[in-house]
Amino acid sequence: MTLPQHAWGGGVRVPRHKNLSNTGASRVPPLPARLIYPLRSHIGTAARPIIKPGDRVLRGQCLAQPDTYVSQALHAATSGVVRDIGDFPVAPGDITATCIVIEVDGEGRSVDPWPPLSADADGDAIQRRLVEAGVIGMGGAGFPSHVKVREGLTRTVQTLIINGVECEPYITCDDRLMREHATGIVAGARWLKRAVNAGECFIAVEEDMPEALAALQSHAGEDVTVGSVPAIYPAGGEKQLIKMLTGREVPSKGLPIQAGVLMHNVATAQAVYQAVVEGRPLMSRYVTVTGSVQQPGNWQALLGTPVSHLLQQSGWGGYGKQQVIMGGPMMGMALSHLEVPVTKVTNCLLVQEAARVSMMSMPCIRCGECLRVCPVQLNARALYEYARAGDLDAAQDLHLFDCIECGACAYVCPSHIPLVSYYRQAKAGIAATERRQQTAAENRRRYERHEQRLAADQTAPETAESASPAGTMDKEAMRAEITAAVERVRAKRAANEPPDPTNGGESGAA
Amino acid sequence: MTATSGGAGSPHLHQPASVALVMRQVLMAIIPMLVVMFYCYGPGVILQWLWALLVAHACEALLLRWRGLPLQPHLSDGSAAVTATIFALAMPPWAPWWLTVMGLVFALALVKHAYGGLGHNLFNPAMAGYVFLLLCFPVAMKAWAPIDAGHTAPGWIESLIRFVGGAPSPVDGYSGATVLEYTRTQLRAMKMMSEIGSQPIYGLLGDRNAQWVNVAAFVGGLWLLRIGVIRWQIPAALLSALFIIATVFHLADGDRYAPPLLHLFSGATMLGAFFVATDPVSAPGTQRGRLLFGIAVGLLIYLIRTFGNYPDGVAFAVLIMNGAAPFIERHTQPRILGARS
Ligand code: SF4
Ligand code: SF4
Repeated sequence: MTLPQHAWGGGVRVPRHKNLSNTGASRVPPLPARLIYPLRSHIGTAARPIIKPGDRVLRGQCLAQPDTYVSQALHAATSGVVRDIGDFPVAPGDITATCIVIEVDGEGRSVDPWPPLSADADGDAIQRRLVEAGVIGMGGAGFPSHVKVREGLTRTVQTLIINGVECEPYITCDDRLMREHATGIVAGARWLKRAVNAGECFIAVEEDMPEALAALQSHAGEDVTVGSVPAIYPAGGEKQLIKMLTGREVPSKGLPIQAGVLMHNVATAQAVYQAVVEGRPLMSRYVTVTGSVQQPGNWQALLGTPVSHLLQQSGWGGYGKQQVIMGGPMMGMALSHLEVPVTKVTNCLLVQEAARVSMMSMPCIRCGECLRVCPVQLNARALYEYARAGDLDAAQDLHLFDCIECGACAYVCPSHIPLVSYYRQAKAGIAATERRQQTAAENRRRYERHEQRLAADQTAPETAESASPAGTMDKEAMRAEITAAVERVRAKRAANEPPDPTNGGESGAA
Repeated sequence: MTATSGGAGSPHLHQPASVALVMRQVLMAIIPMLVVMFYCYGPGVILQWLWALLVAHACEALLLRWRGLPLQPHLSDGSAAVTATIFALAMPPWAPWWLTVMGLVFALALVKHAYGGLGHNLFNPAMAGYVFLLLCFPVAMKAWAPIDAGHTAPGWIESLIRFVGGAPSPVDGYSGATVLEYTRTQLRAMKMMSEIGSQPIYGLLGDRNAQWVNVAAFVGGLWLLRIGVIRWQIPAALLSALFIIATVFHLADGDRYAPPLLHLFSGATMLGAFFVATDPVSAPGTQRGRLLFGIAVGLLIYLIRTFGNYPDGVAFAVLIMNGAAPFIERHTQPRILGARS
């Protein structure tokens, strides 16, 4: 059986640079001296540490627990001593955040694995195991996997998609993982499918990954369909892949579940398998180190490993004119600090000549190429014009927030305009305004309640507050928490942008 | 271990295209046309072209200086060269030097830079400059091919004399009408297509000379399509619309309306379809908008040629639709992925 293929508009063919790093088997790096665990993941709220400095910890031991719905548990990836809980630089943004730092003792002592879930475990049991094991989306967004499972429990899931479409150039960690751990991925997919009672399950890879395809296919069956999709960037984008495989569209500002779809990355599927069957929390992941390094390839890196450690192991000495990008060249971020740790969403470290990226931009010649390649069919040029002119309302009317920041537009722009930076700044500007308005409204409400209470106190002192009881979290609150989490990520990304993307080439063209 | 942060946001990868490269490729695609024109109309073509390049760059440099913009990289972006070249090709080969100066100064100063320079002009500068001359100096702008086939193109010396203004009078052997103008006057004189169609001025497809120029422009245009510098919507829509409306009229009354091939391969049709109407700055950017734009230009070309006051309608048709391009673009926005309907 092959996968259905519906057309999606836009997209661009980019040079792949994949065989730079995907020809050799993945390697296990030597233990780093220390491991660093940011309490707050990419998305969601910070976890609460349950150890203190000086404690001895074992491999697999829980270090921090989620307190809220959108958060994650953290586990020590090897044995050692908790050295510190304090502020350290983390990516993205190279801003500092509270981290647990473990000094590795090299003994590799481990806690006992959890017993595997029984074959008839229900969705709730699987969900609980995923919370316990700290499994979050490893494809980039870092959305806690149990949240998606929960969504699937409350709503009908027609299609479960396991995303192996690694469409960014250079990155091959999913490719290698699929070749080396196809069993776990397909088994994980089956667990996920059963957990949410999905109607069908697709595993999709790109057309130029024949080895990964073959490996997965040998485990597929009636219930799991494996196939490939054209290698057009960004075919692996959530909304693009859903459109391609189901013909359905995720509504603007909506979630995949609204199109009857749940999507997980292949690495997440394998993490699910490890958690459910092998009884192990998420402690390591495949990371591609590629570009201008002596031995490009993939590492089975422990979470918390400093980026510098992997770069050293790949034979990179650190040269002044080069920059290290975390993620792929299309959507990744240049690091200014190399002690930041590998996290659950770190897929790639790309070393590039810095000179290649700083190109002088020219005025827009309205060639329309950015419109042609936009996978969301946005009028990228008009968005840019509004963003540049500071007309944020107009930009919002043109669906600025549907931009997935894939970078296809900026990639083709002959004028080398940093389009995505403009979009991010515009988004951040709008978000800031909204936050201000919310605070104002919140203050007003608080004042009104205060007034009401004063009035009520005088008449009937025993009137109870009509707020819903805390503890049981209703759907609205969950939604709100998810939205807030997404907001924070957006703000964080924007904070990492250069302050003003305009440069000499454009300044005079008023 | 250190790393310098590039300070640039994603993407960190860029395809090799640049404005200068795009413009260079457009110029390369024009070369076959230039060669054929040189062959058909003589050295006047080359003189016009070199002169136009010189004037355009001098003018561009002055304007950039005046606007306080650095000459690098703006002067070498190739846009002035493209404007100058298309303008020169549209000019009659024996137009005097000062005509070119006036046309280009108008094009670059008033149409391009007054609106904000590269990327901001509403109208195609080359066509605006050309139409400006056509309106102000109609007689001098008729210095085209000799009408009877007995004449050969003049040599360098003679071209130079005409170029510096030595022979301004259009009523001698070398000045004359294009096939479009000839057909138009003859048909208006109640002659029939079947009578005049056998004149030596007609070639296999269209104008005896201009047909090869059009073929060259067509070939260059196909190459631009192939390498992705232009997209198919505008040329395809323009040529189909022109072909269809010409066919309809010709089938209805073959004696009063010129055959469709004559329209496709005469005058500035192919130059217009592949190099002028496709000018991205002054055309809509949406795919559907480009189709509409192309169709409208094609129809206008026919209407102006057949019922209007000018023998060739390409420049007017493009300019008229340039004015409508922003409107067309606004109303042809595609439905975005996931839009709530
Ligand atoms: S690709 Fe660049 S130059 Fe072309 S229309 Fe878009 S922003 Fe303008
Ligand atoms: S970055 Fe945004 S505007 Fe540009 S192509 Fe991607 S989705 Fe479209």
